[in-house]
Amino acid sequence: MRHGRYPFIVGFLIAPVTIYVTFVIAPYIQAFYLALTNWRGVSANPKFIGLDNFERLLTDDTFWKAVRHHGVLLLVLPLVAIAIALVFAFLLNVGGGSKGGAMRGVWGSRFYRIVFFFPQVLAVVIIAVIFRRVYAPDETGLVNGLLGVVGIDPIPIMADKNIALFAIIAVLVWQAVGFYVVLFSAGMASVPKDIYEAAVLDGAGRSSMFFKVTLPLLWDTLQVAWVYLGIAAFDAFAIVNVLSIEQGGPDGATTVLGMEIYRNAFSYSQFGYASAMGVALFFLTITFAALTLRVSRRETIEL
Amino acid sequence: MARIDAPAPPRREGLPPRGHSGPAGERRREIGLLNSLAHVGLALWAIIIIAPLLWMFLASFKSNTEMYLGNPFSLPSSINLDSYVRAWNEAHVGRYFLNSVFVVALSTAGTMLFGSMAAYVLARYKFIGNRIIYYLFVSGLAFPVFLALVPLFLIVNNMGLLNTFTGLILVYIAYSLPFTVFFLAAFFKTLPNSVAEAAVMDGASHTRLFFQVMMPMARPALVSITIFNIIGQWNQYLLPVALMQGEGAQEKWVLTQGIANISVQAGYEADWAAMFAAVTLSILPMIIMYAFFQRQIQAGLTAGAVK
Repeated sequence: MRHGRYPFIVGFLIAPVTIYVTFVIAPYIQAFYLALTNWRGVSANPKFIGLDNFERLLTDDTFWKAVRHHGVLLLVLPLVAIAIALVFAFLLNVGGGSKGGAMRGVWGSRFYRIVFFFPQVLAVVIIAVIFRRVYAPDETGLVNGLLGVVGIDPIPIMADKNIALFAIIAVLVWQAVGFYVVLFSAGMASVPKDIYEAAVLDGAGRSSMFFKVTLPLLWDTLQVAWVYLGIAAFDAFAIVNVLSIEQGGPDGATTVLGMEIYRNAFSYSQFGYASAMGVALFFLTITFAALTLRVSRRETIEL
Repeated sequence: MARIDAPAPPRREGLPPRGHSGPAGERRREIGLLNSLAHVGLALWAIIIIAPLLWMFLASFKSNTEMYLGNPFSLPSSINLDSYVRAWNEAHVGRYFLNSVFVVALSTAGTMLFGSMAAYVLARYKFIGNRIIYYLFVSGLAFPVFLALVPLFLIVNNMGLLNTFTGLILVYIAYSLPFTVFFLAAFFKTLPNSVAEAAVMDGASHTRLFFQVMMPMARPALVSITIFNIIGQWNQYLLPVALMQGEGAQEKWVLTQGIANISVQAGYEADWAAMFAAVTLSILPMIIMYAFFQRQIQAGLTAGAVK
C-alpha cells in the first residue's frame, strides 16, 4: 500500500487544484489588488491609486442605495420566508394531530410539499422573466388583470419606486418558501416521537406544541435557514437584472451591489472601481456571517 | 377532523390508550376550525405557486391578438403550436437549449470526477498540506462570486477562453468544486476501512480501490450532489453573462442568458406567445426531471443545509 502513494495523491489532486486555483483563488486575491487601482478596460494599464476607489464609494449615492436595499432584503426576506415556511412545515408534519402516537401532517401533505418545492428547481432568471409579465403594468399582466376584475386601476408595479423593491422580494419569497418547508420538515422529522407524545399527554394544543416543542428543537435548522437567506439577500443580481426596469431602476430604486459591480465592470469598463465594490460586498457578507454566529449562539437542546 | 380523538390502536409498548375526557369536545371544535384554516392557507399558497406557471403555459398557445386584446384569463381559442416553432427557430431557443445541455453535461461530469477525486484523497490520505488544501477548497464557500467577477473575466480573457465553451465549462467546474469537495469529503470519511483494507489485501492499487470500491460505495452521496450540480449549473446566469459577451457570443449563449435577453429586448410589440413558449421549453426538462426524481432532488438540494 505504501508503494506509489505520493504519485497517486499528486495525480488525483493536480487537476482539481489547478482548475480551482486558476479560476477561483487567483481572482479572489487579484480582486483585492485591483480594488486599489484605477484600471479601466482591458487594454489600459492599471495604476495604483491606494484607497481612492473606497473614498469614491463613500460619496457614491448609488452605492449607498444598493447597500440600503441589501439591508431591506436582509430584514424582510428571511423573516417572511422563514415565518411562512415554518407554519407550513408544521402543518404538513404535525398539524394533523396524532394517530397511534405518531404525529402526522394534514391531509394532502405530500401534494403540497411537491408543489411548494417546485420553484426551487427553476432558474431565478426564468422566474424573473415570468414575473416580468405577471407584473406587467397594464391589464395583460396577471396581477393587474386580477385587480381589474375587482375594479382597481392598473398599478405600474415595477415602475413605482415604493413598490418595486417589495415586488422583487415577493418573488424571492415565492421561490424560497418551498425549500425551507422541506428543510424544516426534515428537521421536524428528526425530533423523537416520544417528545410529541409526551406533549400530547400533557395536553398541549397545537399552538403551544409549535412554540414550546417544535420551535426550540428546530433552532439549529433555523440558524442554517437564516444564514442561507442572508447570503441570498446579498445576491439578488439575476432577478434585479431581469425583472426591474432599467436594471436596478426606476432611478436606482431596486439596485443591488451585484448589479452595480456588473454595470461598472462591463458597461463602464471601470474594473478598479467594480473590484472595490466587490471588496465592500465581501466585507458586508463576512460581517453578516460573523454577527449571525455571535447572536444566534445559544445552547442547543441535546436530544 | 376528529383524528386526535380517535382511539389509539394497541401499541407495541403497551401504553394504555390515552383518554381525552373533560375538555375534549371543546378542543375538537377548536381543532376543526384550525384544520380548515390550515387547509385554506395551504391551498392558497399552492394556487399562488401554480397560477403564474399555468397562466404562462396557457398563454404560450395564444395568438398575439388574443394576448393583447383578449381577457388575460381566457383559455386559448385553439391549441396553436406556432409560437413554439417561432421560439425554437427564430428566437434561437433551440440553439440555446442545446448549448446548455452540452455545457452542463460536460461541466457536471467534470465536477463530479475532479470533485470526488480531490475529496477522496483529502478525506482518506494523510500527507503534508492536506489540511491546507482542504481549507482552500472550503474557503471558496465563504466568498461572494461578485468579488471575483472582474479578475475572472480578465484571466479568462488572457487565456483566450472568453466566449468559448471550454472556458465556461472550466469556470463552472471551478466554482462547483468547493461545495462538491466539502460534501463528498465528509461522506468519504464515513466509509468503513475494512472494505478498503480487504481490497488492498487482494492487491488492488490506489486507483482501482477508488474507482471500483469507493465510488460504488459512495453512490447515494454522488447521486445527491450530481443532481445539485446539474440544477445549479443549468440555472447559472451570472457566469455566462460575464464570460459569454461581445461580438459573435450569441451563438454560444446558454438558455438562461438567451431567454433573459429575449425578455429584456422585448418592447411593446413583442411576440409574447413565443416568449412564453420559450420559457415553457426551458422549464419542461425540469418538470420532467422533478416528476421522476422528486425525492432525490429535494434531498439533493437540501443536502448542504442538513449536514
